[in-house]
Amino acid sequence: MTGPGDRSGEDPGLGASAPSGGFRKGAFGVSGSGDTSGFGGLVRVEPGGAVALHSTDRPYGGYFDEVTDALVEAVGPRVYDAAVQRVLVDRGEITYFVAREHLLTLVQALRDDEALRFELCSSVSGVDYEGSGGPAAGPERPRLHVVYHLTSMTYRRRIRLEVAVTAEDPHVPSVTGVYPTADWQEREAWDMFGVVFDGHPALTRILMPDDWDGHPQRKDYPLGGVPVEYHDATIPPPDTRRSYR
Amino acid sequence: MSTTYNPADPYAGSRETTEGRVYTVTGGDWDQTLGSETLGEERLVVNMGPQHPSTHGVLRLVLDLEGETVTKARVVVGYLHTGIEKNTEYRNWTQGTTFVTRMDYLSPLYNEAGYCMAVEKLLGVEVPQRARTIRVLVMELNRIASHLVALATFGMEMGALTGMTNGFREREMVLDLLEEITGLRMNHAYIRPGGLAQDLPPGAVEHIREFLEVMPARVADFHKLLTGQPIWQARLKDAGYLDVTGCVALGITGPVLRATGLPWDLRKVEPYLGYETYDFEVPTADTCDAWGRYLVRMAEVNESMKIIAQALDRLEPGPVMVEDKKIAWPAQLSLGPDGMGNSLDHVRHIMGQSMEALIHHFKLVTEGFRVPAGQVYVPIESPRGELGYHVVSDGGTRPWRVHVRDPSFVNLQATAAMSEGGMIADVIAAIASLDPVMGGCDR
Repeated sequence: MTGPGDRSGEDPGLGASAPSGGFRKGAFGVSGSGDTSGFGGLVRVEPGGAVALHSTDRPYGGYFDEVTDALVEAVGPRVYDAAVQRVLVDRGEITYFVAREHLLTLVQALRDDEALRFELCSSVSGVDYEGSGGPAAGPERPRLHVVYHLTSMTYRRRIRLEVAVTAEDPHVPSVTGVYPTADWQEREAWDMFGVVFDGHPALTRILMPDDWDGHPQRKDYPLGGVPVEYHDATIPPPDTRRSYR
Repeated sequence: MSTTYNPADPYAGSRETTEGRVYTVTGGDWDQTLGSETLGEERLVVNMGPQHPSTHGVLRLVLDLEGETVTKARVVVGYLHTGIEKNTEYRNWTQGTTFVTRMDYLSPLYNEAGYCMAVEKLLGVEVPQRARTIRVLVMELNRIASHLVALATFGMEMGALTGMTNGFREREMVLDLLEEITGLRMNHAYIRPGGLAQDLPPGAVEHIREFLEVMPARVADFHKLLTGQPIWQARLKDAGYLDVTGCVALGITGPVLRATGLPWDLRKVEPYLGYETYDFEVPTADTCDAWGRYLVRMAEVNESMKIIAQALDRLEPGPVMVEDKKIAWPAQLSLGPDGMGNSLDHVRHIMGQSMEALIHHFKLVTEGFRVPAGQVYVPIESPRGELGYHVVSDGGTRPWRVHVRDPSFVNLQATAAMSEGGMIADVIAAIASLDPVMGGCDR
């Protein structure tokens, strides 16, 4: 379906001008023939998409500057610049986007350095950003993110590390050597997202059955509909039903 | 018996009959089955669970035993996996509450509160004071109920069945209160993004005060029944030892960590919902064992009662949902003759008086509100430790990702460290003192 305001295929760079790379069409979150309001051709650039592509400028505010300075001092400015691709401060939380080659150097310093002391790895989780708006996922914009939430019990601080990998090369070094608590959480991320944690002592499925196929929390994992025997009707899988984005 | 031992299939020997081949399924000795050279005489692999009265739910333990000593303990989880995290991605933000409340079924209000606080942080909205106070109130009631189940199942697994019956009896009082307040005994979906589903019903405050009158005597009964009892002490003391280094390395939080002497309680160290204004202590023990964890939970019941009394005193009339009509769930629920439902006043308002209100009701209920893109991590102190919500939004009406750092899941990793080298009876004490809830662990 095309209309006067339909801009599909135009301006591939439109999204890139937004800080997040995200933009939306229509006024009511319905695409295709569902939106009969006449506002279907509206294009809005969204400030802040699922993956923000920008970096926050110094000063970050709060204890974030102290942590960053201590981290630079602990690993050295050369390693820091190579390791930390971007830093994002949002909603009072700081995220370091880390290159996977340097992840272990960073977490070792974060745990052991006297000025950092992030003793507790609170959470390890995976996120699949496939189809979350903006430019398509690819090597420059890897879809699988592994997110580490670290807690300093000494200084009562929290930071977040994020490592992004592609689905074709989903290898991330395991942090179990530094944080033994990451053991099961990395197994969960493998189980659900298919991220391979190199160096993990026993990377096996944990929540799904051992012989399960695929990684269910990936966004392209096929979802089942419900076959209903009524006038040949079936209930489509949830991701293909009409939705309001 | 004519069946002979068959090395190819040690468990089911077969013989030929006129009816065809007949299998006889037998047990057999381990040395006959596996050969005595490869295994020590005493080594025995015991598969405990997933259906076992002492494993605290559908938890499976694979224990290597030498005599009664555990040489290796492996934990298998996942039997209660229900895909709640994935499910929330196909529901709107408000519907997510009804999913997450079913994870850790002994502390549903913590699941709801953590999730809603994460959504509110993404939205950047501030919840009204009355809603914050009631959240604290119902969460602490929930903590008492959860700890009472922990003590009850602890008693049952240790063989103190009166502890079980007493614990469940007292818990029922809390569940009656929660039913009165929220409409449901469990899985309340009472805390919603932006506030609460409804205000406290008339009479609830009085009933909670009556509960606070009764409960101290019941706690004292627990101490009489269990704490001073020599068998109880002998079973718990020095069982499931894990010190502060082990706890932090393995990510263990909650009463298990506080039983090592570290007063790490998120209500104190990273206060939320105004916890810094309440007067309460963080109970600790320095024994690092199941005994210490038992004492910490008992003391926390008392502290929760202190918080509830303060919350009742500071309840001021006011709204329990944010004022923003673009977010606030439109319908005010009310209790009718056929159960909980929309209030007739609200129906009259949207059908007869305000077109805008009707549109808002329709849009919010079918489509939901949009949450600005980004990600947050919100940790709260659940009865079992740090309950963290990592919630990601892409700017749409549904969560992009909800990850739950459930304390049961993380804490169960301590099983091997707590039980290897000890007696098999202490494994039960160690698991019970962790108080895992498999619904939360497997999600």
